Amino acid sequence: MSPLITLSRRAVLKGTGALILGFQLPFLPLPPAVAGSTPMPVNAWLRISAAGVTILVAKAEMGQGVFTALPMLVAEELDVDWQTVRAGPAPSDAGTAGLVPGGMHTGGSTSVSASFLPLRRAGAAARLMLMAAAARLWRVPITELTTANGAVSHAATDRRAGYGALAGLAARQPVPPDPPLRDPATWTLIGRSLPRPDTPAKVTGLARFGLDIRLSDLLYAAIRHCPVLGGTLAKIDAAALKDKSTATGYRAGIVAVVSLPDAVAVVAEGWWQAQSALAEVAVSWNEGANAGLASTTLDPTLSKALDPGNPRAIAIAASRGDIDRAMAGAVRVVESVYRLPFLAHAPLEPMNATASVTATRCELWLPTQDQERYLTVLPPLLGLKPDQIAIHTTFLGGSFGRRLECDFGVEAALLSRAVGRPVQVIWSREEDIRHDFYRPASVSRITVGLDGANRPVGWRHRVVAPSILARVRPMALKDGLDGAAVAGIADQPYALPALCVDYVRQDTGVPVGFWRSVGHGNNAFSVESMIDEVAAAIDRDPCVLRRELLAGSPRALRVLDLATDQAGWPRPPAPVAGGRRGRGLALHQAFGSVVAEVAEVTVSDDGRLRVDRVVAAIDCGVAINPDLIRAQLEGGILFGLSAALTGKITIDKGRVVQSNFHDAPVLTLRDAPVIEVHIVDSAEPPGGVGEAGTPPIAPALTNAIFAATGRRLRSLPVGDYDLASG
Amino acid sequence: MLTMAVNGRTLTVTIPGDTPLLWLLREQLQLTGTKFGCGAGLCGACTVLINGHAVRACSVPVSSLDGAEIVTIEGLDRRTDAVAARVIDAWIAEQVPQCGYCAPGMIIATIALLRRTPQPGDQEIDAAITNLCRCGTYPRIRRAIHRAASTTP
Ligand code: FES
Ligand code: FES
Repeated sequence: MSPLITLSRRAVLKGTGALILGFQLPFLPLPPAVAGSTPMPVNAWLRISAAGVTILVAKAEMGQGVFTALPMLVAEELDVDWQTVRAGPAPSDAGTAGLVPGGMHTGGSTSVSASFLPLRRAGAAARLMLMAAAARLWRVPITELTTANGAVSHAATDRRAGYGALAGLAARQPVPPDPPLRDPATWTLIGRSLPRPDTPAKVTGLARFGLDIRLSDLLYAAIRHCPVLGGTLAKIDAAALKDKSTATGYRAGIVAVVSLPDAVAVVAEGWWQAQSALAEVAVSWNEGANAGLASTTLDPTLSKALDPGNPRAIAIAASRGDIDRAMAGAVRVVESVYRLPFLAHAPLEPMNATASVTATRCELWLPTQDQERYLTVLPPLLGLKPDQIAIHTTFLGGSFGRRLECDFGVEAALLSRAVGRPVQVIWSREEDIRHDFYRPASVSRITVGLDGANRPVGWRHRVVAPSILARVRPMALKDGLDGAAVAGIADQPYALPALCVDYVRQDTGVPVGFWRSVGHGNNAFSVESMIDEVAAAIDRDPCVLRRELLAGSPRALRVLDLATDQAGWPRPPAPVAGGRRGRGLALHQAFGSVVAEVAEVTVSDDGRLRVDRVVAAIDCGVAINPDLIRAQLEGGILFGLSAALTGKITIDKGRVVQSNFHDAPVLTLRDAPVIEVHIVDSAEPPGGVGEAGTPPIAPALTNAIFAATGRRLRSLPVGDYDLASG
Repeated sequence: MLTMAVNGRTLTVTIPGDTPLLWLLREQLQLTGTKFGCGAGLCGACTVLINGHAVRACSVPVSSLDGAEIVTIEGLDRRTDAVAARVIDAWIAEQVPQCGYCAPGMIIATIALLRRTPQPGDQEIDAAITNLCRCGTYPRIRRAIHRAASTTP
């Protein structure tokens, strides 16, 4: 691979006639902790040559539209015809991945917000360099030049040159340190629903996902992990596959049977062959400490940790006002406990990775959200240096946080090394469901104190949940507090004079990881259920109560009003024969955005639930591409709805009970409601949208069920309840 | 000897007969547009046309396909296939795909539906399109089907 950039303020690839810009230090608002100690950060690359404009994105395209939104930011300032811009994944290796601000990983709905300023500045800088090149070439003042559609023009002498022709000379111009940005009033791309450049490849089958990598000499591996979570491999017996007459010693097509610490894999000429052979390998496992794990005992363990007398440490997450006094003075108290199950990610593309490992080099083709992590994990395992590892990021067939883990990629590397050929490891769906890093189960108790005028004066909130950060980022655990587990509670925009949020870490042996919206998903359910419970307790319309509590939060209030107005609140949905209808509301603030959702449901007398319509409103700051925002809200809502309706992972004998879409069902077209998304016209800096739509939908749903039936569901999934009337 | 036509090309199949069609397409023929999602006929990511019917390629052994005509997403020819062209155009116009992994199977299933039922109502769409999309593009899929069929949702 040729060097992409030189890490000076001027980045030039010599002799190619191309202008290649890394987006560098002066353009980036760095978090104070890293400023000064960091090398030049790079978070995208811009290549302009005779072949056109290519914008390389150092973020994973997993459906959320980063290959559209980020290039739009560059193109806006660069002044190029959007139709001619190409977007693709930035390569990641030790030389570049360490330079992306915040790391070369994609998560937390931060891609757009973190790029908003630096990418526009990069586009503006490149445009000025192209103009400077034209000015030198034509010996005219730069101030007389204009740009449009990828070309520089000089009106007085009627000259015009395309960016490609100027790129070589432009690359030798100094990079302007602080290029002026366009007045937002003159934006021509930002704010428009430009079509995604990746759509044509995706509708013709040409888009390459991880599973679609084809290399010469490629072998395929099927894998079986210890069925007990956390268990290891003891011994294998592959006698059933042996055949003395072949070169490998195995029956035709089978290349190797490989033992890994927690799994056995068969490597073969084809995946089906490998998968079928795997069933014939006799394996004994060290089931380990989790062999007795069962949901029937896990759930009570989590609940018990709520008790005041529990011996576990309690970490204070947030406290304001005098909660003890507020509660002592309350004339009325509303208290409830909310329970949520473990959840699998189940992106449609199962876990997979392709690797080619030699004694001196490891090349990987990965659908991954976290390239950078491989550069620390793999070198010690393979005895290589970070700069001997190269990663090619493919399209991701969904991810939702699952591909922040690197288990599957490490397996591919180990298998390739074991057989000395490139290997693609593909997990069956059963392995994918049974060996996930699940969204943590949680139990929360909320106690709200009301004064004589029915105003909430105190909010006590305890969360019991296993810790994700303890595994993935132990340094981030402060005084026993996992901030991710309590996300989105204390910073809700409701006026609560006294509040105390605390956390009890109760690990369970079930591996937990980041799942679209992380703790916000768990906590929006309890907070927004409780707001509704308070409204019911004081006989107030849930929207009216929220409006009162949001009086000091104009941004959230605007979102609430937009969603409820569009949904027709407070007019109840039209009644139907044989069923009860209801409308429910929830609002949540996260990732720099505020989202309100109104769900409308019909519960038939025999208990069938139908979600008819969801109306959503979002303030995500400046709307870069409204149609992408709508798509992310639709997707976030349906992802959360799928989980709320049927999602759960249960454990028995240390094993995940569910295995494939028949017993871990997900939402279908038939059951998907109509969704309307309304975007607040906002000048706030851009917030995240990929995850923001998910948290409110579960409580909006159960609040709607309450409105329809009078039944308050304090745990999920809804499918566990019999909603028949009477 | 097992022969079949894939995207108009006749070929002789030599892999073991119990191999599902999906792996013949993806590995031997390198037609990777047809996706693997569940291996159990549950998700539809592997949907192809077999003699004009939408079938889940993960669940069809090649031995059952002697003489069959198979069309994958790569074999759709918009110059000669007006239905395919309308469906693909509708998918683009509605900007359906997010991750796009379900798209080939969804498009094939929709083509089979529209050939049989050129103007499907919502219930017919619900019954025919049982493919899964984890990114939640269902509302757009429904709109795209109506657009391709020139019906109103
Ligand atoms: S892979 Fe064939 S239906 Fe899922
Ligand atoms: S677009 Fe991702 S699964 Fe449908």
